[in-house]
Order: sequence, then structure tokens, then C-alpha cells
Amino acid sequence: MTPILKITSLCKQFGGITATNNIDLNINEGEIHAVIGPNGAGKTTLISQLSGDLKADKGAILFQGDLITNMPSNKRSLLGIARTFQITSLMLDMSTLDNVALAVQAHSGHSYRFWQDARQDNQLIEPALYVLKQVGLLGRKDIITRELSHGEHRQLEIAMALATQPKLLLLDEPMAGMGGEETQKLIAIFKKLKTGKTMILIEHDMNAVFSLADQITVMVYGEIIATGSPKEIRANQKVKAAYLGDEELQTC
Amino acid sequence: MEKATRFTLRVKITVVIFLVLFFLPIYTGLTDNGFYLDLVNRLMILAIAAASLNLILGHGGMISFGHAAYLGIGAYCVGIPAYYGVDNGPLQIFLAVAASGIFALITGAICLRTKGVYFIMITMAFTQMVFFGFVSVEEYGGDDGLVIDTRSNFGSFINIEDNINLYYFILISLIICLFLIHKITKSRFGLVIEGSRSNEQRMRSIGFDTYRYRLICYVIAGCICGYAGALLGNFTNFISPEMMDWAASGELIFMVILGGTGSLLGPVFGAAAFVILEEWLSSLTLYWHFIFGALLIMVVLFARGGISGIVTYLGNRKQ
Repeated sequence: MTPILKITSLCKQFGGITATNNIDLNINEGEIHAVIGPNGAGKTTLISQLSGDLKADKGAILFQGDLITNMPSNKRSLLGIARTFQITSLMLDMSTLDNVALAVQAHSGHSYRFWQDARQDNQLIEPALYVLKQVGLLGRKDIITRELSHGEHRQLEIAMALATQPKLLLLDEPMAGMGGEETQKLIAIFKKLKTGKTMILIEHDMNAVFSLADQITVMVYGEIIATGSPKEIRANQKVKAAYLGDEELQTC
Repeated sequence: MEKATRFTLRVKITVVIFLVLFFLPIYTGLTDNGFYLDLVNRLMILAIAAASLNLILGHGGMISFGHAAYLGIGAYCVGIPAYYGVDNGPLQIFLAVAASGIFALITGAICLRTKGVYFIMITMAFTQMVFFGFVSVEEYGGDDGLVIDTRSNFGSFINIEDNINLYYFILISLIICLFLIHKITKSRFGLVIEGSRSNEQRMRSIGFDTYRYRLICYVIAGCICGYAGALLGNFTNFISPEMMDWAASGELIFMVILGGTGSLLGPVFGAAAFVILEEWLSSLTLYWHFIFGALLIMVVLFARGGISGIVTYLGNRKQ
């Protein structure tokens, strides 16, 4: 399989702190690649460098063979890279459907149309409804976003990322702060999405990671200490010592 | 069902307002009372100006404290050509809209790089520059203002020298401007503007160049208000820099907030309440500004949606 994303010796420093240190990683098309590691391991920094929200100090990122290391985030978004944020960022005054429709609109040509009613525009509404159905928010489409629950906000984040029809989806702790039931719902959604999409998933919920991931990469202090299948990672002594620990394995 | 009721109360009020506006000249003609006609003319012109401000303030979240500049620019674009004997109506209107648009483009390009309080201050600063600019030009009356001898000439088709014709000219302008603003806010462009108010950072991250959209919106609002200014010049037959000092901009904000930000008819309600209250309260007491201030505080504290919000609330309660 050819990798859709090729990362070579990627670095990022914040002052004296090395957030990512010589990261080499290949992501294959169609896989869910989980990145795990303790807090401060540089996982979010890695995602931000991939999405273009942070500039890399050193190294190269190849997406489908194109060098994107210095490309701004809105251009990467048009190439097919979408991310969700660890801290929810939505248009809170607008309806659920409006939020997704705007994401569709951003990727469907220009928006200098002043006359036609956008909320009757099937070019926007149909794809938006389709995505809302995918994440299970169809019944909440007319609700003002502010009034949705935390779990629904996370679902909407994912819907907006999906609405841009990405080839590569960067998920930064999508389950953060969710209850058990909501987490299960999201896991089911990601399983359904798996066909045709490549995903990089940062997550602390080990249940979610081990039930979703095809490949797992473990990061500690900005470096990759292991990459492999869930089975290999479970068996890896280095990982056990550095991160998972006996205690944590039991709680999962 | 709930939505339908709200709609009907709204529609009822709207229909009543426009019926009254439509038949008012007949009433004033019969009773020979030109005073009300003047009052409503001023009300409608201010409603257009407030509606244009609402486009950027209510929908776009851009709190401009300098919107009265366009009223002044529009009026001077009628007054100055008239001073030189040029009374061509379409030309004056074109000048008013174009000059306002250019002013909005230049100042907006700078203002929109700032946010929050800085945006408010810088829009005000630009307007004060125009204000002092016109104060210092002695040729056009300085701070004494300029008398406009002839109204805009639209040929024999519409003669707005006649007060009744001018009234209908303004009424139709109001309806067209409201319709235009309604269309814009519901369009794709309007959705981007609304999204940028709600969360500009996120809008950028899903791929919108929000600065450009906001700037275009700012220019559109300026053009519409410039048009209102041209009407104002024709109506008052007089133009002075006082029309665009910062208090005048504040009054426009007052109307938008009083009427209800972000709603189509809010600015009309706001302008109506403003003009009528001003007329009524100032006849009661010399200290009417005091009551005005108290009223605004009440609206901000207890009725965030302004008059438009109260209409919505009553419509729901009836159910």
C-alpha cells in the first residue's frame, strides 16, 4: 500500500521545549492511525503541523506525493485535509444545519452570491443533511448550536470536518469529556466512516483506540517510541513501561 | 405552529405599518397637516440608514461608531452639485452611492484589521475626520452648513419638488432597501457574514477569507447609507457637518439596538420609536435626553431583542 501521508524528520520547538522531535511516520490510505501518549507528548502539535495551523521548524510533509510543509491551512483544507479541534470551535449563534452548510459552502466554489436564498440552496443543504445523518445529528438540524449538549458539539465538529469531503481526517481527542454512552456512539460513527477515509486519531480513551485503530503510534516527549498494530503495541515492553503501565491497562 | 403564529403577528404589524405609511399623505392632505408628513419622511430616511447599519452591526457584528459619515457624504453629494447648479438626480444619487462606497472601502480596509473597542474607536475617528473636513471648507458653508436650493431633478417622470412625490419616493426607497438587505442576509454571502460574526476564527479554518467578505459587507452598508444621505439632503433642503458628528452615529446605533439587532424590521421600529419619542418627550420636558438614556438602559437590560424581540415574544405568548 502507498502511504497517503509521509512525514520525515518533522520538528517543532517552543522556546526550549521540543514538542516534536524528528518524527518519521507513514500513514497508509484507508487506515485509522491512532497516536497515543501521555499529556505533553506532542500529539496535538503533530496534528497542528499536519493541518497547517503550526509551521514546522524542520522536516517535510508529503500528502499524496505533494510537498505541503509550507502550505497555509485553508489551502490544505482544499486539498482534502480536515481537522477537528480538541476544544470545540463552532458558530454558536447559528443552527446545526447552518454550521455544516457553511463548511460545504467553503468548498463549493465562491460565496459572492447575494441574491439566492442559501437556506433553500440544494447544493448546500443536501450534502449538509447527508453529513448530519452520518454523525447522527439529523434530528437536531434546526437547533441553535449553543443549545446542543457537549457530546453533540463533538459530533458537529466531526460533521463540519466531514462536510469538506476530506481524504485525510485529523481527529484531536474527539471523545474528550464524553460519557460512556456518547463515546460508544462516536466509535460506531468512526467505524462506519472508515471506508474511504484515512484518519489520524489522538485519543486518551484506550477502549476507543484499541477498537478503532489499525495502526498505533506511541509518542513520549516529542518522539515516537513505537509504531505497530494494536496487538504489537499491547505486547511492546517499552510502551508498557513508558506509557500504558500496569494500572492503566487494568482500568481499560 | 409556534412559528406560524409568530409570523402572522409580525406580518400583521408590518402590513399595518406600511398601510399607514401608504395612506398618510391622504390624511395629511385632508387635514392640511404637513407636520406629520415631515416627521414620517425623517423617520423613513433614518430607517434606511439604521437598516444599513444593522447589516454590519447586527448581522456582521461590526460595531461602527461612524455610520453617520455616509449620511453626510450622501447629502453633500446632493448639496455641492446643486450649489454649482447641477441638479441631475441620477447623477447626484450615483455620486452619493459611489463616494460612500469609496469612503467605506478605504476606511473599512483599515478598520477591519482591528477588533472590538479599537474598531469602534477607529470608525469614529474616520468620521470625525470627515466632520472636521467639511467644517473647515468655507466654500460650502463650513459649520454653518449649506442650503440646497433645488432638489434632485429626475425629469418630468418624478418631480420630487412636490412634497407628496418626495414622500412616496422615500417610501419606495425604504421598501427597496429593506428588500435588498433581506435578500443579502439570506444569501450565501449573508451566511458567511453571519458565520464570521459568530466565530471568525473557525470560519477562516474552514476556508473563508473572512476579511474580504466583511469588507464587502461594510461597503454595501456604506452605499445604502449614502443613498439615505442623498434623500436626507433632498428632504431637509439643507446640509451641515452636524449631520455626521459622532452623536449622530450614536443615535443610529441607538435606533438599531432599540429596534432589535439582526432583524429586518428592527431598524424601522427603532427609527420610528426614536423619532416619535424625540418629538413627544422634547415637547414634555427640556431634559428628554435623560429619559432617552434610561430607556436605552432598560432595553439593553430587559429586552435584548429590542422592539422586534418584544413583538416575537408577544406573538409566542398569544399562542
